[in-house]
Amino acid sequence: MTRPRVFIVDDHGLFRSGVRSELGDDVAVVGEADDVVPAIDRIAATLPDVVLLDVHLPGGGGQAVVTATKRSHPEVRFLALSASDAPEDVIAVIRAGARGYVTKTISGTELVDAVHRVAAGDAVFSPRLAGFVLDAFATEAPPGQQRPSLDPELDQLTMREREVLRLIARGYTYKEIARELFISIKTVETHVSSVLRKLQLSTRHQLARWATERRLA
Amino acid sequence: MPPGHPARTQDGRPWPGHRYFGRGPARWGRWHHGEPLRRAREDRLVGGVAAGLAARIGRDVTTVRIILVVAAVLSGGFVAAAYVVAWMLIPMEGAQGNIAGKAMTDRRGLALAAGYGSLLIIVRILISVLSIGWLSSFLWPIALVGAGLILIWRNADEDEQAMVQGLVRPFLGLTTRSRRAGLILRLTVAVILLAGGVAALQSAHENIALLQPLAGVALLISAIVVLLGPWWLRIARDLVVERQARVRAEERADIAARVHDSVLQTLALIQRRADQPQQVIALARAQERELRSWLFDGRPPGSIDGQAMTLAGGIRLIQQEVEAQHGVAVEAVTVGDCALDDDLAALLAAAREATVNAVKWSGATVVSLFAEVEPGEVSVFVRDRGKGFDPAAVPSDRKGLAESVRARMARRGGLASVRSAPGEGTEVSLTMPRAATTRSQA
Repeated sequence: MTRPRVFIVDDHGLFRSGVRSELGDDVAVVGEADDVVPAIDRIAATLPDVVLLDVHLPGGGGQAVVTATKRSHPEVRFLALSASDAPEDVIAVIRAGARGYVTKTISGTELVDAVHRVAAGDAVFSPRLAGFVLDAFATEAPPGQQRPSLDPELDQLTMREREVLRLIARGYTYKEIARELFISIKTVETHVSSVLRKLQLSTRHQLARWATERRLA
Repeated sequence: MPPGHPARTQDGRPWPGHRYFGRGPARWGRWHHGEPLRRAREDRLVGGVAAGLAARIGRDVTTVRIILVVAAVLSGGFVAAAYVVAWMLIPMEGAQGNIAGKAMTDRRGLALAAGYGSLLIIVRILISVLSIGWLSSFLWPIALVGAGLILIWRNADEDEQAMVQGLVRPFLGLTTRSRRAGLILRLTVAVILLAGGVAALQSAHENIALLQPLAGVALLISAIVVLLGPWWLRIARDLVVERQARVRAEERADIAARVHDSVLQTLALIQRRADQPQQVIALARAQERELRSWLFDGRPPGSIDGQAMTLAGGIRLIQQEVEAQHGVAVEAVTVGDCALDDDLAALLAAAREATVNAVKWSGATVVSLFAEVEPGEVSVFVRDRGKGFDPAAVPSDRKGLAESVRARMARRGGLASVRSAPGEGTEVSLTMPRAATTRSQA
């Protein structure tokens, strides 16, 4: 496996050095930034494979970095890191274009794993994000606020996607999910990527509301 | 206590009083386990009688006040007199004895009151000479109220004296030079309006014009407004300011109490367990989660009380407890939520037992706890990647899993299954069908 080039954006210096040492030699850390504007500049300069992005930054949400970078360098991939459990934060960054979300309490090996996965173009869901997605796609909007579904395919999860998400929420790794459902790991990854796409593009009320609350319609 | 809030006892319980209200006078003596009627110290406009009464019968204080004022007007002032008598007879909250008891020994006060009363009798004679009969019907209440206020002023606590002083403040204005001019002007205008109003009312029956009594009443009211309006406005403003200050103080006390119960306690625990990093981490995690859910979701720490508790709240509680007690991280995820009934409470108890089991025996550093509420059932999965075991090899006398989890679920019509193999970790799945009662909230 090639060493992915990683860029770390977080306003806490201590946290950045912590992540750096946890990532170890499996990845190459090519740069760091502590706020939105320097992050956008230096990411454009270094063009990393994966940006580890704190959701909360002093100069605005992490999604500002994603949006600005995606415009000029769509090949850069983002993995959101956050101490926050609030769905609107997570959903906002995902909808801006991040390929995944993990909480800051994640272990070093899992983080390395997630970075590799995102570098390979796959999606990474923490159990909590899987829970959010199941919630967002399960609950109906209150009557009166329901928008007509523009694209029913985007606004619903398939049974299989639901099963995969449920297992992620139960703490299963992709390998364990594959074994449990008698499918290949590649298929699991396909399902998760498909869910990510729906999460980014769906107009479902819940998602739209979370996104608008963070001014990201 | 601001009006509009239900009355509460000092320890914060709502009064159960309104249930007794309206069952007849026989119940009066038995309200609230014999707790005596007291005048309110904090939330009062005049003597605190209305607030005390409101707290006693569990009604809104504003309602009681409006009823009292309307009754005072309709009864020709006798309710007002009764109010003053009640003021003297009912002791204040936290005080020993009433004002009447002290007033009985206050000879000078009694003499003053008697003098004031006799003055009114002279006025009454004057009025009957002038044949303004309607005024004399107000005289007895006025005499009683006046005499009562004199006695209260002389014998009440200091803060109550200040209150009475506030009541008569517009008339005391005459004694300060700066306010005198304005007051005299207002008095003059008021007297002119008053005289006009009385004259209009007097001549009403001699004229056919129906508008005249109305005009008279309007003139009387404007006289009162001119005289007392500015003072009312000031009182209202003072009340609002005072209430805001009280609300702020209450909020601050509440925050202080919460921070003490949660953050300071945790910090103390962390200091004591500084040599056990695992426990310190768990404590910090639990505290962080609690603080976060309080600050951002408005969930008070540790206050998942019976009625407000939901399934997701219960899962969160299990997570917090287990992390705090055993120092192992619990990754909890819930999908959907619903209110708890006995079945779901049993499910939570089983889930807790399974989580504690995993934490104690698996050796894993993280335990996953997942709960999903579906229209027909609620499922909980507890998974660890610890050492695992062979379910067939568990001796039958090991109670934990068999009794606490499986039997508890079976009693309520639920299912529990365990999947484990040595070295593969363990997963306990629990499923409970939902009763019709909790389904409506899905």
